Amino acid sequence: MNLQEYTSSAYNFEECTKCTVCTAYCPVLGVNPMYPGPKQAGPDGERLRLKDPYFFNYALKYCMNCKRCEVACPSGVNVADLIQAARIKYEKGKPKLRDVILANTDFMGTLARPFAPIVNGVTGMGITKSVLDATMKIDRHRTFPKYSSRSFEGWLGRHRKEQAEYPEQVAYYHGCYVNYNYPQLGKDLVKVLNALGVGVQLLDGEKCCGVAMIANRLTAQAKKNATHNVEVLKKAVDAGLKVVTTSSTCTLTIRDEYPHLLDIDNSAVRDSLLLATRFIFEKLENGATLEFKPGFHMKVAYHVPCHMEKLGWGVFSEKLLRMIPGVEFTLLDSNCCGIAGTYGFKKENYEFSQTIGAPLFDQIRTVNPDIVACDCETCKWQIEMSTDHKVMHPVSILAKALKDND
Amino acid sequence: MKHDTVIIGGGLTGLLAGINLQKAGQSTIIVSSGQNALHFFSGAFESISELPPLVADTFAEAGVRVHYKEGVSLLPMGNFRKSFLSLEDLDIFPEAKFASKALVVNFMGYHDFFSSFIAEGLENAGIQTRIRFIRLPEMEHLRQSPSEMRSVQIARTMDRIWEKVVQEIRMLLKDEDAVILPQVFGLQDTTVPGRIREAIPAKVVFTGTLPPSVPGVRTIIQLRRRYEVLGGTYLMGDQVIKAHVHDNTVHSVATKNLESHYLEGRSFILSSGGFFSKGLTSTPSRIFEPVFGLDIEYPEDRNAWYNPDFMGRQPYMEFGVKVDQDLHAISGGVPYTNLYAAGGILGYSSPGLGYAGGMAINSAFKVVDQILKDTRA
Ligand SMILES: Cc1cc2nc3c(=O)[nH]c(=O)nc-3n(C[C@H](O)[C@H](O)[C@H](O)COP(=O)(O)OP(=O)(O)OC[C@H]3O[C@@H](n4cnc5c(N)ncnc54)[C@H](O)[C@@H]3O)c2cc1C
Ligand code: SF4
Ligand code: SF4
Repeated sequence: MNLQEYTSSAYNFEECTKCTVCTAYCPVLGVNPMYPGPKQAGPDGERLRLKDPYFFNYALKYCMNCKRCEVACPSGVNVADLIQAARIKYEKGKPKLRDVILANTDFMGTLARPFAPIVNGVTGMGITKSVLDATMKIDRHRTFPKYSSRSFEGWLGRHRKEQAEYPEQVAYYHGCYVNYNYPQLGKDLVKVLNALGVGVQLLDGEKCCGVAMIANRLTAQAKKNATHNVEVLKKAVDAGLKVVTTSSTCTLTIRDEYPHLLDIDNSAVRDSLLLATRFIFEKLENGATLEFKPGFHMKVAYHVPCHMEKLGWGVFSEKLLRMIPGVEFTLLDSNCCGIAGTYGFKKENYEFSQTIGAPLFDQIRTVNPDIVACDCETCKWQIEMSTDHKVMHPVSILAKALKDND
Repeated sequence: MKHDTVIIGGGLTGLLAGINLQKAGQSTIIVSSGQNALHFFSGAFESISELPPLVADTFAEAGVRVHYKEGVSLLPMGNFRKSFLSLEDLDIFPEAKFASKALVVNFMGYHDFFSSFIAEGLENAGIQTRIRFIRLPEMEHLRQSPSEMRSVQIARTMDRIWEKVVQEIRMLLKDEDAVILPQVFGLQDTTVPGRIREAIPAKVVFTGTLPPSVPGVRTIIQLRRRYEVLGGTYLMGDQVIKAHVHDNTVHSVATKNLESHYLEGRSFILSSGGFFSKGLTSTPSRIFEPVFGLDIEYPEDRNAWYNPDFMGRQPYMEFGVKVDQDLHAISGGVPYTNLYAAGGILGYSSPGLGYAGGMAINSAFKVVDQILKDTRA
């Protein structure tokens, strides 16, 4: 593991002043008594583990890798990296079949998509959910993300020619979710970027960023995907393209987890990988304009996903939403929704997951917006399952507010 | 990204300044590399003796309730200190002997509340004291991980089960006219401390614990929410690493997360705190302010930086960045035109502003007035 390059010391744990601040912000510590908490699992535990791996505690698996401890730490300790790195290094035994299945989002997507109506029907059925619950320990309360029968890649491929005509070009790392579950977000992005005079290209064959593989300890597989992605990203960057993304989690994974946890050098591409909201904001700041529908009105409550808090780029989504005429904006308090990717799908985590999310759900009910805005796909599932409110990506809200040019 | 004022450091100082600049119609952004000194706060603001009406309003509008009267407060180590202003949780008494008999109550297994020191302090003040521990089934799960049985975790449970604690205390209470409890109530539900006070037939006194400080964490959440409701932008977990300066004027700053996207502003406030918050840093040979390299006065001899008597007055606590009368920060002897320093980063040596929490409040209000004056000119 190569944290040293990125922090002031190996694992950065001696920067810890034992101030306990992180313990006040860990969502899991608040609800799950089996979890030792960020300070104990991170810097305190590291000191012991370095002496003897015997001290590795399997309860570290309860960490959601939400990074809230890192965001709060006044001393710059990479607490969550310490915990995840320890899991990679010391956790023994093969991952369960369930974890392998949950982790392989793109493989599942490829398999499921041609049969989307059937798969959606089957995973939506009570009986299937009960079977999954009993055999695989995937909680029966979960709603499975729906698979779309046509992939985003296919759609953009069909529009390649017209996209190439725009004077400025970007590549789009869409991730598994846009490709298999929700191509509409990709289409919305294309609409907004086109309105700014920017055409959108696919990368030369992207793979899943691997976040779920890291969380489920499929490290070798995650490394393979990471190496591949850095290669195709580099091709685009070498061709002079910026690469935009719409998922805060994929972005954080490729930019920071690749070097921190997987030891994959991404320095050639890191700075060129931008969330689309940042790219759009910067365009507008530099003089580009968007025309909005007259009379548009929407009450929007924005939830900043945990990984967006860590990236520190939620500000771009916030400012873009505030700038749309007719948007009545509320920033929701900084809270975790509780899902943390595949974490909340596991039966052993379901209850904790919902308890963690409760303050957010309560606030959404109180604010009662027309739409909850959020840049994360798994937050969307969680919020839509746990409240009666619909969630849209800020880019989709922009697209909806744009004046139709016909 | 452009704002009227960019605030570096989002502790008590940065938030109070941000709230009042937003109220004055400015657009502001706060960058804070992590949480702040309020997490270690006893509840009593030191060195304040006068409360400008604006301060009271600012707190009240954010939902932060305070006591403002002259007297003494009971501190976590059992000693009393002169106080004028405290968060509502912490009482201010006319004198140290505020009761004749006291019952100190702690939770079994909770080591961050020094009941025996407190009892000793009370006895010294002439208050007869008993210590009792309570044990509730709802708290047993917290004890599974004793190293993390901390104030904030207990407080989360207490928001739900405080009534059971009240029942236990009523059973323990004999002829005491005061009950001393750790400050682990009212983290989310701010009405809890008041309801406990009403439900117990004795004076209830909440006393500080080891960090995190529950009233401190709650206050920061309230102030941040108020700042954001007023339209302010708060970047938590990001750090200002570089400034772009020309002719003693700051044009923009770069942050760790935003990289090449600079934060531009007309005015800049440096409220990055003291050594604990890394607003000030030291090596064995040098003390410096890492973002702008502001002037700091300190003795060359390192031995003079600290007092070997651990509990004695520590010289390093007084070191701080230099400012002019109007809080313009000074570098190489020359004041910046639009960079102001306020709060913990000034050390204890700024005349007229006090020190610690009192100084954070005083300088936050002063810097807002000064910025509004300078930018109007
Ligand atoms: C342990 C402790 C206990 C205390 N107890 C009391 C008390 O009981 N009563 C009292 O009156 N006073 C107390 N004080 C002092 C008082 O808390 C402080 O004076 C006051 O809170 C300072 O507030 P501040 O906003 O100026 O700085 P801080 O609260 O220190 O906040 C500074 C913030 O700036 C951030 N920061 C630093 N560098 C950068 C950068 N480059 N970029 C972005 N952000 C940055 C830090 O992460 C931090 O969040 C205590 C102080 C400490 C350290
Ligand atoms: S917040 Fe940071 S310095 Fe404080 S205990 Fe946690 S890891 Fe250590
Ligand atoms: S990453 Fe999240 S869940 Fe894990 S220790 Fe940090 S705050 Fe807790």
